Amino acid sequence: MDTQNCFHCGLDVIKAEEIIFDEKSFCCNGCKTVYEIFSVNDLTCYYDFEKSPGATPLDIKGKYDFLENESIVSKLLDFQEATTAVVSLSIPHIHCSSCIWILENLQRLQEGISTSQVNFPEKKVRITYDPQSVSLSKIVYLLSSIGYEPYISLENYETGKKNVDRSLTYKLGVAFFCFGNIMLLSFPEYFDVNEYWLDTYKPFFRWLIFAMSLPSFLYSASDYYVSAYKSIRSKMLNIDIPIALGIIVMFVRSTVDIVFDYGSGFFDSLTGLIFFMLLGKMFQIKTYSFLSFERDFKSYFPIAITRINSDATEESVPVYDIQKGDRLLIRNQELIPVDGILISEKAAIDYSFVTGEAVPITKNSGDKVFAGGKQIGKVIEMEVLHSVSQSYLTQLWSNDVFQKSVVQRHKSITDTISRYFTPVLLFIAFAAFGYWIFVDTTTAFNVFTAILIVACPCALALTAPFTMGNVLRIVGKQKFYLKNALVIEQLAKVDTIVFDKTGTITTNKKAKISYEGKSLSSENLTSIKTVLRASNHPLSRMLYDFLPEMKSVAITDFEEITGKGIRAKIHGMEVVIGSAAFAGSPDENAVLQTAVHIAINEQYFGKYVFNNQYREGLESLFKSLKGTYQIKVLSGDNEGEKSSLETLLPAGTELIFDQKPEQKLEFIKQLQEQGRNVMMVGDGLNDAGALAQSNVGISISENVNVFSPACDGILEANEFQKLHYFLKLSKKAMTTIRMSFGLSLLYNVVGLSFAITGHLQPLVAAIIMPLSTITIVSFVTIMSNFYAKKLR
Amino acid sequence: MSVIYLLISISIVVAVAFFIAFLIAVRSGQYDDDYTPSVRMLFDDELKITPKKEIQTTEEKHN
Repeated sequence: MDTQNCFHCGLDVIKAEEIIFDEKSFCCNGCKTVYEIFSVNDLTCYYDFEKSPGATPLDIKGKYDFLENESIVSKLLDFQEATTAVVSLSIPHIHCSSCIWILENLQRLQEGISTSQVNFPEKKVRITYDPQSVSLSKIVYLLSSIGYEPYISLENYETGKKNVDRSLTYKLGVAFFCFGNIMLLSFPEYFDVNEYWLDTYKPFFRWLIFAMSLPSFLYSASDYYVSAYKSIRSKMLNIDIPIALGIIVMFVRSTVDIVFDYGSGFFDSLTGLIFFMLLGKMFQIKTYSFLSFERDFKSYFPIAITRINSDATEESVPVYDIQKGDRLLIRNQELIPVDGILISEKAAIDYSFVTGEAVPITKNSGDKVFAGGKQIGKVIEMEVLHSVSQSYLTQLWSNDVFQKSVVQRHKSITDTISRYFTPVLLFIAFAAFGYWIFVDTTTAFNVFTAILIVACPCALALTAPFTMGNVLRIVGKQKFYLKNALVIEQLAKVDTIVFDKTGTITTNKKAKISYEGKSLSSENLTSIKTVLRASNHPLSRMLYDFLPEMKSVAITDFEEITGKGIRAKIHGMEVVIGSAAFAGSPDENAVLQTAVHIAINEQYFGKYVFNNQYREGLESLFKSLKGTYQIKVLSGDNEGEKSSLETLLPAGTELIFDQKPEQKLEFIKQLQEQGRNVMMVGDGLNDAGALAQSNVGISISENVNVFSPACDGILEANEFQKLHYFLKLSKKAMTTIRMSFGLSLLYNVVGLSFAITGHLQPLVAAIIMPLSTITIVSFVTIMSNFYAKKLR
Repeated sequence: MSVIYLLISISIVVAVAFFIAFLIAVRSGQYDDDYTPSVRMLFDDELKITPKKEIQTTEEKHN
């Protein structure tokens, strides 16, 4: 048996805290309890599929009490009847086959659940249960108790049932069906076996082919007609115009051909073309369904909060019902949904969602507390000043940037090319028609249609989807998730990069700790560490982890005063750890620092200073970026770290401090007005405005499953130093696209030379078209993979 | 009537049948999640019932 790692969650087991149960070692009671639940219910198979798959269940007592409220529950359910209810819960911890197994066996743990089904890519579980024998809150508590805490936020409250759009799958299916069958039926025409056979069955085959092509022509290709029509109306020539034109001309000419018995028509090429182009579309829309790129504050805010009524009773109310003047109860780890005034004496509020700053801020009674903070520690009470939509943070979302519908704001490279392509194509077609009309009228019409058919820019239209789709997958494998393929094009255009400071270029996981003051003996250190161990304050935890491992000693007296510090006695030695005033620090100008002060036996020793830890590889990243890009750093913080930042960043980097969310947005806007293409790299909700305004908004996230504001791409925090690589790759992707454009134009020229001279046979078209498609697709795939390898 | 008409009609009918099967599959949501079923099919239907060892637990009693 492996004694180093916890059998349930796989974390290292600290020898002193090890719990041996059923011959297995666990790191904590929580993990042991989960194992116990599973073993009592014969569900230990859970541990067979994957080694240590679990998560430690967190203490969430009271957190989901709002699920007792019927009206809230009914908003969350997908389906509800007297004896059946269906709910879809999002569970971020789902990560392996064990998870699927245990979640699909929920009915063994809880009576009343009939089935549960996991959707792994979306990290969701869909549970069907009987509301008369089990309540939703009971299910949620059960899930939490086995380490699968669902993520329920205000977002779930508003969005009803989502309709999945499967039309592209249908269209692709129809297109393939038509394409395949028409190809088979065209074989006699290709090989021209013998005259008699063809003459006898020609009408039958041709009309059958015609019938087969109808669904593909009318249904599968319908998007292209709509898009072409729209682009003509808005007077922007996009690539869909020549495509739609090519398809329609091809269909009409082929129909004319078989009606007047001129030939077999181009139905095979037509349906093949539609199929390949839809395939390209499908390839491009690879999405990361477990990520959401459209998040606003609703994904962070709780659905309900505890209100204290005037008769001192507590009640769960939906956050939208909170009125000015209400009194709210905020528990440990609960998010404050509205602005208000603190009534309780002290509170430690963690604004890491908002600013990325991990160290909690202490508030006193009467202070204003802003929405978005998380209470750490004791239960607090507050009085509401503004309703949810009026709060300081949420007002950011009333800015115009968020009102814009998601219409394509930028012209894509394909559209730029097609602005020239379409007029040139039409010119050639009419010129050839004008020439042939004096020679032979029938040939003139043939040539005219042949040009439009052969020049139909399918290879051109496929280039961008396949290149970008492929690059999207390459970067996705390296934990850089992009909203869609068009973002790559924007990435390539970026010339200015704006970084947020806290949480983006600094990590909020570990702080750099240094000690200033009189030297501490090892005995002193031992007692400090022991005292810290008993405290739950985040700074205490960080300092505890920082101090070297040593034996613990017995504490005789321990007192933690919220907002001040800890006072404890060990072997008659009094240890005081806490704020400057509490420990009796002589220097008063330490306001800009985060520090923990130490006093032993009423004698001031010194302080541990917490500096922001910059992300690994930051310096080299900035150095390499500097040559190509303008770098700017925005921060919501004060100038406390200006000097240390300046040494780290290349000279000439603009540093701007004390920026409010709206100011960040304005800053980006100003840069754009100067004609710059701005990439914003941020993390917290306070960057949301800037991320939305920028040309490309990239959000840095420690945990991609849960926290990231609306953006164009999510980058996992430990891949941060690869940012320049991704930027370079996006540029290479554009180079690939340009090369491939050249190649496909070459095909068009070859095809056109057949067409202009009036020699375009259906067989030639049937060969040229798939051939060009296949070469283009393989060319761009090989090239983008090659660049991805070479640049690394 | 030539046998070719018969053969082609049969082949078209078969193709259409498969096509309809595809439509039904899409409609029922089989293409929405293409990963989970591949894992699910490998689970055993029957649970391994481990012989109940005497588990030295105190919390179990009040279930």
